[in-house]
Amino acid sequence: MSEHETNPEKPEKKSLFKRMKEGLQRSTQALSEGVSGIFTKRKLDGETLQELEDLLIMADMGLDQAAAIAEAVGKGRYNKEVSPEEIREILAEEIAAVLAPVEKPFEIDSSKKPFIVLVTGVNGSGKTTTIGKIGAKLKAEGKSVMFAAGDTFRAAAIDQLKIWGERIGAPVVETKVGGDAAGLAFEAIDRAKAEGTDVLLIDTAGRLQNKAGLMAELEKVVRVIKKRDPEAPHLSLLVLDATTGQNAINQVEVFKETAGLTGLIMTKLDGTARGGILVALAGRFGLPVHLIGVGEGIDDLQSFNAKNFARAITGAQK
Amino acid sequence: MFENLQDRLSGVFDKLTGRGALSEKDVDEALREVRRALLEADVALPVARAFVEKVRTRAVGHEVLKSVTPGQQVVKIVHDALVDTLGAEAAEISLNAPAPVAIMMVGLQGSGKTTSTAKIAKRLMKREKRKVLMASLDTRRPAAQEQLKVLGEQNDIPTLAIVEGQEPVAIARRAMEAGRLGGYDVVLLDSAGRLHVDEALMAEITQVRDLAHPHETLLVADSLTGQDAVNVAEQFQSRIGLTGIVLTRTDGDGRGGAALSMRHVTGVPIKLLGTGEKIDELEDFDPRRIAGRILGQGDVVSLVEKAAETIDAEKAERMARKMKKGQFDLDDLAEQLQQMGKMGGMAGVLGMLPGMGKIKKQLGQAQLDDSIFKRQAAIISSMTKQERRNPKVLNASRKKRVAAGSGTSVPEINRLLKMHRQMADMMKQMGKKGMKGLFGGMGGGMGGLMGGGMPEMPSDPKEAERLLQQMGGSGGLPPGLGSNSIAGGGLPGLGGPGGLPGLPSGRGKKK
Repeated sequence: MSEHETNPEKPEKKSLFKRMKEGLQRSTQALSEGVSGIFTKRKLDGETLQELEDLLIMADMGLDQAAAIAEAVGKGRYNKEVSPEEIREILAEEIAAVLAPVEKPFEIDSSKKPFIVLVTGVNGSGKTTTIGKIGAKLKAEGKSVMFAAGDTFRAAAIDQLKIWGERIGAPVVETKVGGDAAGLAFEAIDRAKAEGTDVLLIDTAGRLQNKAGLMAELEKVVRVIKKRDPEAPHLSLLVLDATTGQNAINQVEVFKETAGLTGLIMTKLDGTARGGILVALAGRFGLPVHLIGVGEGIDDLQSFNAKNFARAITGAQK
Repeated sequence: MFENLQDRLSGVFDKLTGRGALSEKDVDEALREVRRALLEADVALPVARAFVEKVRTRAVGHEVLKSVTPGQQVVKIVHDALVDTLGAEAAEISLNAPAPVAIMMVGLQGSGKTTSTAKIAKRLMKREKRKVLMASLDTRRPAAQEQLKVLGEQNDIPTLAIVEGQEPVAIARRAMEAGRLGGYDVVLLDSAGRLHVDEALMAEITQVRDLAHPHETLLVADSLTGQDAVNVAEQFQSRIGLTGIVLTRTDGDGRGGAALSMRHVTGVPIKLLGTGEKIDELEDFDPRRIAGRILGQGDVVSLVEKAAETIDAEKAERMARKMKKGQFDLDDLAEQLQQMGKMGGMAGVLGMLPGMGKIKKQLGQAQLDDSIFKRQAAIISSMTKQERRNPKVLNASRKKRVAAGSGTSVPEINRLLKMHRQMADMMKQMGKKGMKGLFGGMGGGMGGLMGGGMPEMPSDPKEAERLLQQMGGSGGLPPGLGSNSIAGGGLPGLGGPGGLPGLPSGRGKKK
């Protein structure tokens, strides 16, 4: 990725799309081949649409969203012979239409110093790794970054973030294992203020959304952050694992209420043949999607682009 | 957010009551609902299809028993088929091999391998009295090896010393060597998270397998996984060969359809369930529980277990004696509120009850959350002993004092008192009737907690609706609430929603 210093615009865009397309290769294959299987030399009718709906369900799109999109695809096209290529195009457009309102890049408002980002999620969704990668990106943009190691529960979570801190040269505010996460956030904000840090990224312990006690703890973290800065957290992000099924909807619902979510990050999209859950979430909550993870490398954490994403997962060519 | 299958089917079958046997057409219609329910629970589509066919053959021509509705009948058939598919017999971790027995843990990133490794190690040490060594082969994620080491230190489980820069295959070799030399019975190999499509990493784990010859290769999989669960399980099975599945995060509120998908495509048993973050939160697999969840029937077994765990038997007995006499004072109410909190709050309890999903949501909308319990507890703790024992003495000036002391208002106190009165009345009635049902044996703690005066689930939906309104005024009763639980008449005594304590009436209506 060294070429984007010489020519920042075009090559980067292209390579990013390529990266995403490669990452989403399996989704592409599943949907694209599925569409070919259904629509080759067949008319669009109730039966083929039902099969299309099934295909979308298999992409984790959820029953309602799958039905809505299948219906939109069928509208005005009944009993016509539509080629698989056309269907892919239409499908990409319909999906892009659902996703377009939630496409919003991850942006730092530099008038807010420190710009405070709270990162939450269930266990194992990839919070710490995502924070490390975001930190690396911000550093590369010349911003100063500080991490708050708020996962005081999982063994070695603090160490994990410290390794990221060393890698990119960002200070890590930490407390002892089992320490108070809210107190740590408080301390980190003070330190970031004192040191004039641009961005403070606060990690939290993974928690399942149905654990009342843990969610209350998260609520407290948010409350304490607000005490230091009423506008903060400037971003409250939920990290979602793309392999998660329909439970992702519950996750967003509860975290939204508890942590006042402002946006989503979806990780591990490369492993799954799916990605449809993003469409289901967009249709239901309309929360901005800032970043998607399509691989393990730092550059695999990308800005979310609705059109590209829709084209990548449907295998639309243009 | 999900309706349970029973509710759905009762809609389909309402028009059918009185017929002798299920016709093919009835079954077709019902099975569409079954399919939907399975898909909503994240059962993979091909698996759902195959499963529905299995149910069809069982259901067609099935005699409808007089006592149950066709809907219940189909639910029972589906439930039984689920239990069959999930594996009716328990499969434990096998250590039946020459020591050191290697157990290899594999799975996607973030599925819970390291935590599960430590849990299994602890279990084998404690229950089987085995000497266990853990080794982390995860050289990719920062501090992953450290994580296992810390877990080992916290729980007195030996771990293989970390050697910087060593590759997974070399670590595995060293671990097996250390296992032999150290006289260990079991060596647990915790591998790095990998995508089932990552060729290089899959090749690497195959090398580890060929070297360590694991007697058990366990796929650690998140029970919240979506449609892709089939591919994950299939790939790991075909590339590495699995002997069992460990299902993690079953303490979440996912429906767990992934369990059915994975079991179906791999044919290997689900051996263990991860049920929490703590080291001892690992349980034997129970197909009935998972089946109930997939169907949205709630997890009654867990509720009972949780109640048994958290309710102090002695306290419960004292409560039962008091209730028999018709005494139920504010101290008792405070205790009930506390119990409720311990069991995960109202949402926690409701979430485990069959058919309560919708109510839970309505409660959320009406903002009847658990903070009410806390406020009520605060009100009670601001009262004098005398007031708590005999709330009648609370006059206006006392109420003002209590309101100021607890940071609440007089109307809130009045609501609490009214609720207490209603509960006390119910207790009295129940004291007369005696306590039947499931929770009777538990000395009343549970009965009081769940229903107060509801020895049996109301069989009439109207009755249930009335109770719901009494409870929070959230209105809009989900269909089929009043019907009994599945599989053999269900569990009596699981108090309807009627008497959940702590729900000031009227608040929902104001919203």
